[in-house]
Amino acid sequence: MLRCNEAAIRLSMWGAMQLAVVDLAGERGGEPIFTGISFLLVAHGSIVVTGPNGAGKSTLLRVLAGLLPTAGGSIAWEGGGEEWPTLAGSTHYLGHSNAMKPALTVAENLGFWRDFHGSHRASVVEALDKVGLSGIGHLPFGYLSTGQKRRASIARLLVSRRPLWLLDEPTSGLDRASEARFAALMEEHLASGGMIVAATHLPLGLSGAKTLEMSGRRSHGSHREDFDALASAAGGF
Amino acid sequence: MTALLLREIRLGVRAGGGALTGALFFLAVVSAIPFAVGPDTNLLARLGPAVLWIGALLAGLLGLDRLFQADREDGSLDLMIVARDTHMLVATVFVKCVAHWLVALLPLVVAAPVFGLLMNMNAIAIGAATLTLLVGTPAIAFVGAAGAAVAVALPRGGLLVSVLVLPIAIPVLIFGVSASYAAVNEPDPFLPPFLILAALTLFMAVIGPLAAAVALRYAAD
Repeated sequence: MLRCNEAAIRLSMWGAMQLAVVDLAGERGGEPIFTGISFLLVAHGSIVVTGPNGAGKSTLLRVLAGLLPTAGGSIAWEGGGEEWPTLAGSTHYLGHSNAMKPALTVAENLGFWRDFHGSHRASVVEALDKVGLSGIGHLPFGYLSTGQKRRASIARLLVSRRPLWLLDEPTSGLDRASEARFAALMEEHLASGGMIVAATHLPLGLSGAKTLEMSGRRSHGSHREDFDALASAAGGF
Repeated sequence: MTALLLREIRLGVRAGGGALTGALFFLAVVSAIPFAVGPDTNLLARLGPAVLWIGALLAGLLGLDRLFQADREDGSLDLMIVARDTHMLVATVFVKCVAHWLVALLPLVVAAPVFGLLMNMNAIAIGAATLTLLVGTPAIAFVGAAGAAVAVALPRGGLLVSVLVLPIAIPVLIFGVSASYAAVNEPDPFLPPFLILAALTLFMAVIGPLAAAVALRYAAD
């Protein structure tokens, strides 16, 4: 019951947020990677970006995170209010690498990102619990297996609050059980009004996720029907 | 930001952090000089401040290339750039410089009086050299950050960083050494070169992180 209330409060806070991407083009080193990507993401919404290797999935996420400049089109972040005024400030970016130092313990690594990012949500112990790594917080990060490292990195998403999660191959290296657990965590994030853009070629187990197909060189991942449908839905908020 | 400072210091002093590499290199340079120069103690005493400064400068350049590269390789740098709305990138770079100074350069300043004895320097000369090192070495860290940021994408950018940084660090060396000499050579005033050294450090503390932040922002790919 309490959970429902919390979710309801979050919903009212985050409900009006939206990420509108229109005709986005991305390039790397002057080489165009994709053009004409359009989608609209509202609270509770998720988009799974699929496509073959080199289709520009990671580039799209890096452009959204503001790590790469846009080569054309626009990205608009609206309705974040005072708490989430900018896109980059509202974003958790989970890239290929785990952003953890092998010489520090798992708890020290997570604790650092928690304090650095602010907007505390779960404590380090709770977050490790949620990804099934309880009791190993004292180990140096370098001692963990690939899957455990990934899970520790996922725990980073849980220690600070950010409405938008940009996930680049989040489940690589995870076993079945961990994949299911991660799917549940993503559903929980969406239920509390969050948004997810995930690039993957493995099914993530997200129900109700839109799929954005990027089809290789110079992808044209147009998503026009969804855009219009979502736009009218967003109008009703 | 305190969290970042603590993390950087922890990383520096843990195994593989390389905090002591600089101090050991400093020791190697300073202890080799007397063998090369010979047993002329007066000459050694005269060379003393210059040798201490050159040793500290080179030792300071040694670990610079890893300042951002380690963070880039494991993805931390990406997250720091994404977080630029909560923590300005300039501030993040500044804190990293301060941590680098505390871990890699402060030990050199602490060791300088001991190494001064190896160079047969008297108490006043040792004190002056240590003081100028204390005030001047932060400038090396701040300029170094700009060089390290420019070379962050290069896998073996270590030498390039040194070559980029050295010309900008030369004024620091000049005023550091001249202030140290002025403390022992009577007619020369100590204060003017020392104050210019302090001004250089303050100037670099602003310019260095700013340049580094711009370089990092556009090095992301």
